[in-house]
Amino acid sequence: MTVETPDVLVVGAGPAGLAAADAARKAGAQVVLLDAAGDAGGQYWRHLPAQRPAADERILHHGWDRFTALRGQEVLTDAQVWLAERHDDRPPTLHVLVGPADGRDRVRRTFAPKALVLATGAYERTLPFPGWDLPGVFTAGAAQALAKAERIAVGRRVLVAGAGPFLLPVASSLLRTGAGVVAVLEANGWPRLAKAWSRRPAELLATRHKAGELAGYLRDLARHRIPYRAATAVVAAHGTDRVTSVTVARLDDRWAPISGTAREVAVDAVCVSHGFVPRVELAVSAGCGLDAYGAVVTDHDGRTTVPGVYAAGEITGIGGADLALAEGVVAGLAAAGGSASEVQRRQRTENQRFATRLEAAHGIRPGWTGWLGDDTLVCRCEEVTAGDLRAGAEATGSRGLRSLKLSTRAGLGVCQGRVCGRTVEELLHRHTGGLLDPGRTESRPLAAFVRLGELAAAEEKEPL
Amino acid sequence: MTTTGPAGLEPHRDPVRPRPAASITLVVDGVPVPGVDGQTVAGVLMGAGRLTWRTTRHGRPRGVFCGIGVCHDCLVTVNGLPDVRACQRRAADGDTISTEEQA
Repeated sequence: MTVETPDVLVVGAGPAGLAAADAARKAGAQVVLLDAAGDAGGQYWRHLPAQRPAADERILHHGWDRFTALRGQEVLTDAQVWLAERHDDRPPTLHVLVGPADGRDRVRRTFAPKALVLATGAYERTLPFPGWDLPGVFTAGAAQALAKAERIAVGRRVLVAGAGPFLLPVASSLLRTGAGVVAVLEANGWPRLAKAWSRRPAELLATRHKAGELAGYLRDLARHRIPYRAATAVVAAHGTDRVTSVTVARLDDRWAPISGTAREVAVDAVCVSHGFVPRVELAVSAGCGLDAYGAVVTDHDGRTTVPGVYAAGEITGIGGADLALAEGVVAGLAAAGGSASEVQRRQRTENQRFATRLEAAHGIRPGWTGWLGDDTLVCRCEEVTAGDLRAGAEATGSRGLRSLKLSTRAGLGVCQGRVCGRTVEELLHRHTGGLLDPGRTESRPLAAFVRLGELAAAEEKEPL
Repeated sequence: MTTTGPAGLEPHRDPVRPRPAASITLVVDGVPVPGVDGQTVAGVLMGAGRLTWRTTRHGRPRGVFCGIGVCHDCLVTVNGLPDVRACQRRAADGDTISTEEQA
């Protein structure tokens, strides 16, 4: 089997990966940039396919000029990394399948890069609530992806809820895709938001253009008379085969629903996001260290704890596209054997301050379990409820996450705990009085779902 | 036209001013469903107003949830191959989609 050995391999062609590959190429390195999707841009610049050109696509995006400048480089698309073979003293060997998503005749490629930049991004954290498995309940990211890449509105009467500034661009995208937005609900109250965002304003000067973006979203809401409510959440969704209404309630500052405040709102879709989880499976497989938030630990050059492995963007901590771009430049230069300038490093530091505010203002608070019922699904794949988890912990007396996952089946389904992993850990942590092996839901030896038949066929064609 | 559920924005109402695009047709459980070249399988199904195309072992309906290939709720059978994420697979003209087999 041929093993390709580029100077720099970049995994993920979102803002961080595009910036890293671009910087590494400009520093003279031979670079391979790959992405599992059919197109570059990542989730942030998710856009219409080449088959569907549009004159004014930029109105759905921020930083579109930066993207159009970066997208000109060569990108290996539809390339799914499914295994990172760990070496500890150097970058892992990456096994990749190239071809239509989840297909059976994809081309197998293997890379042993001299330097590896992981820019695999993040996916959404959606806290469970009664009825969240009903069709018509989406992550906010799904609404965004369908709006930007398909020009499809997930519903006609849509409620957007959860926590964080991401709710606002999602509402704007829905409006520009023909949906009616009922309201935008932020779980955190004004005191917490104001405290986190208004202290030491000079620190945010470098990222002040974000205030302009925010103002644009708020103008969209005002123009359509859409309320933005703080300290409010969707605590249940109702319907038989699809969502027809939701229960909305006020929350206290710990996110516990306040009794007597619940009211029902008719909707045909609800989009929920409570934050983001770094997509770290390749980093974990490569042996990279993680911090307390489950993000990849990096130094000021984007170096991880494994020699030759760098990380940039949301996998190093949730901070948005500007930080991802700045981190990508720094990591790409370092991976190519160069080093970033003072200005480039400063851009990274200044944007990190924004990330710190994000967590302080919008991070998940523990009272949300107040809206769970015993029959609320926690693991969507294996259909394990909150009651099943508690009963499993009580019946076995175990404090081992691994054994409790095996006995309850929570997190063992086809998504490999990506949707419920952190929630399962938090709930079991409370039921057991403290897990002995926390963090295990981030470890996934196979980075993607692969068909054994596809691997066997590839072996026959070209033995290892 | 239904008044609830997912809907594709009609090109003449779309503020991004789309240029003409080619049409494709998928065969979904034996029924032709029109779509636009470049859409995902999920995009074609939702553009046709469809919200679900799979049931869980407990008989609960599912369709798109995360929309970015993470949750695997939207699995569908494409040209006889089961367990394909509809939100990730680009639709090709003439693809046969089956929602009958269970994932």
